[in-house]
Amino acid sequence: MSEMSKIVRTLSNVIFPFIMIFGLYIIAHGHLTPGGGFQGGAVAASGCAMLVVAYGSTWVFEKIKASRLSAFESIGALGFIGVAFFGLIFGGWFFNNFLVRSGIIFNNVPATGYTGADFNTAGVLPLMNFAVGVKVIAGLFVIVLIMAYASSVKEWKQ
Amino acid sequence: MIYNIPFIAVVTMIFIGLFAVLFKRNLVKIVIGISIIESGVNLFLITLGYREGGVAPIFTSAPADVVKNAPGSMVLPVPQALTLTSIVIGVAVLALMLSLIMHIYRQYGTLDVRKIRRLRE
Amino acid sequence: MSVRNIIALIMFTILAVFFVFTALMIHPFGDPKVSKMDDYIIMNTQNETGTNSGVTTIVFDYRGFDTLGEATILFAAVSGVLMIFRRVKK
Repeated sequence: MSEMSKIVRTLSNVIFPFIMIFGLYIIAHGHLTPGGGFQGGAVAASGCAMLVVAYGSTWVFEKIKASRLSAFESIGALGFIGVAFFGLIFGGWFFNNFLVRSGIIFNNVPATGYTGADFNTAGVLPLMNFAVGVKVIAGLFVIVLIMAYASSVKEWKQ
Repeated sequence: MIYNIPFIAVVTMIFIGLFAVLFKRNLVKIVIGISIIESGVNLFLITLGYREGGVAPIFTSAPADVVKNAPGSMVLPVPQALTLTSIVIGVAVLALMLSLIMHIYRQYGTLDVRKIRRLRE
Repeated sequence: MSVRNIIALIMFTILAVFFVFTALMIHPFGDPKVSKMDDYIIMNTQNETGTNSGVTTIVFDYRGFDTLGEATILFAAVSGVLMIFRRVKK
């Protein structure tokens, strides 16, 4: 696809950081408000798809190679399984929540019925949220980019 | 009988999608029908777990009388978690179906279901 | 209207009657009869896992194995799309 006019490109440059901040906020506060890894990843991936539409898929495909994005997605998947295996080493069973009352990083426990919001709670959940969020952003971006590029090539090699 | 209207809405959505899958000839319209069926099933999962006058099952900034009688005034959280998984599975299946449709169009030149039968000869 | 279309329409109406009859016989909307597992989860979330949110701890802590399967499905879909368009890239 070819690119769009100058007004569309300038406006998408201005709006893109705000969409990414909103998506990362939904991913990071998954243990306090509704949201989490999958929902925030979908919001951020739609911001990246807006860039593909505004700048043309041919130019974006030459700047960002698909193999680098695949490596980005594999890092997210390995992080998710690695956190689960750390639970097996430190506790006794798979997916153990080994950071709740330990003292390292995410260790507070909210009082029962307390209606406030403390970011330092909820054990191993924020790490899993980040891993799944990275995985979903990379996966949906690759799908949109490859399908937009393949529909604009005239001749496929046989 | 007037109080089961969300379940009637689910049945209506499934039947609109099933009508599009059975009686249409374009491949893209069949894929849209499959997506409507998936949306209807997700709606059914959410409306199974509703309690009368309940709020979302989250304790951050909840009002005091909701926290006091805790399990009676909150909506069931387990069907909402199952719906998340179902939505992601729907997206994955839709991406693969659309890629196969693009490949079929390059090969045959048409999207009519009655003309794509070369496997038989 | 060919013969195949008429048979499909008849099966369609029979299925519609069954579905509507079932939808009126499920429990009345807003009054689930059995909810012991959800009551246990709501009461003991802040004590055992230290989370304020009920839905996120079900997705990642009480039923984390289903999330592992869902991540595998997403990975398989992305690799399937990349494999179908393998010959397009120059």
